[in-house]
Amino acid sequence: MNRARANFWLFWGSVVLCFILQLMPLPQVFLPLKPYWLALVLAYWVLEMPDRVGLGLAFILGLCGDVIAPDLLGENAMRLCILCFILLRFRARLRFFPMWQQALAILALLLNDRIVVLMVRACAGEPPPPAAFWLEPITGALAWPWVFLLLDDLRARVRTTES
Amino acid sequence: MALANNETAPLFASGASSTLRLIAYLAIAIVLMVADHRNEYLYRIRLALNEAIEPTYRIAAWPSQIARQVSLAITDRQQLTERNTQLSEQLLLAQARLNRLGVLRDENQRLQELLDVQRGLGLGVQLAKIIDVDIDPSRHRIIVDAGSRQSVEIGEAVLDAHGVMGQIVEVLPNISTVLLITDPAHALPVTIERTGMRVIAHGSVALDRLELPNVPISADIRVGDKLITSGLGGHFPAGFPVGEIRSISNDASGMFAAADARPSAALDRSGEVLILHQLPDPIGPPAPARPDGPPAEMSR
Repeated sequence: MNRARANFWLFWGSVVLCFILQLMPLPQVFLPLKPYWLALVLAYWVLEMPDRVGLGLAFILGLCGDVIAPDLLGENAMRLCILCFILLRFRARLRFFPMWQQALAILALLLNDRIVVLMVRACAGEPPPPAAFWLEPITGALAWPWVFLLLDDLRARVRTTES
Repeated sequence: MALANNETAPLFASGASSTLRLIAYLAIAIVLMVADHRNEYLYRIRLALNEAIEPTYRIAAWPSQIARQVSLAITDRQQLTERNTQLSEQLLLAQARLNRLGVLRDENQRLQELLDVQRGLGLGVQLAKIIDVDIDPSRHRIIVDAGSRQSVEIGEAVLDAHGVMGQIVEVLPNISTVLLITDPAHALPVTIERTGMRVIAHGSVALDRLELPNVPISADIRVGDKLITSGLGGHFPAGFPVGEIRSISNDASGMFAAADARPSAALDRSGEVLILHQLPDPIGPPAPARPDGPPAEMSR
């Protein structure tokens, strides 16, 4: 019971932290390098707790993201849903990949995500983004092992302190 | 076959239903996006959720605030002294210029009274601080800490000490969003100060670049020309500096010239901005920079 609650706090804590990280200012040079934190953390939870984190939650978190950073309402929701769906499909394999392969898979997912963004923005009539737009998946893939290890470690700690 | 089915069952059992769910969610997302694109629903939702959004922005701005405080705390004495002298020199210069301008203003007022001009130059100005959060690097927007409770309204111009920064596009009770002039979606009517030619300055993807497409090839435009707001369109009052022409080239079709300008406002630095409250009658062409033609009656 208590452990479930700790997990609950860990989950929502990581999500809130994501929103804040997403908004956090960086020097102009590093701005295009900012990874899509929400996607990374959601990917972790989808891989580890697929019974709790599904498409519905991804959709709602995406809507929250849209409201906080004033994108088109539904843009983030769509991106996260697609990401979550692909992850759920390949979860059984992804989970047992070595870390570098997992990072590559995340890179592919984030590239796909960028293409979705591009499509949405093109439909909304926005001009094509600069070349730096494509850097984000790379930093996301580089950040993935750290996100994964950190969250895994935190979860393991929660487990050991409870038992 | 049956075996294979059994093996894949735990992996893909939810396949069909989850595909359906995905399609449902994507459909909802698309409907939301279209509705929002047409009707600005997002703005109303944000207005309703203001109490939750605003603290998030403030929290997200903490790290940079702390960094600034720390850097201020460890600046050494010499730097501070240098900065102090520099600032006092600037103040002296500004003071001198202000005195001269004061004389000009009085003169202007007298002349305007003579001409019976209604329009006053009293600008309602409000100081606001930039909340240092990054919304999306591909969109040039900033958030400032003044909103509808501070009587900020949509469409008001935002300036800094060096020139025009942008305009307010969204107002929540205590914060508002500014669309910078370099946003790809922004266009600003300007005139070239030297010749009075009217052009439109579009935003670009870079934060330090304005584009002036479709300038006639025969137009008198040079590198180094200053751009000021023309006041056409009514959003921005006339005569504020916007930028400086950096380069001129032919556009792709060869029918027009295209110029690049550098915004004069410090768009990439944070600090304080001025929000200009709307003038009573802001629509109309600007007064010519140097009226050395014949008097108005004669030219008519």
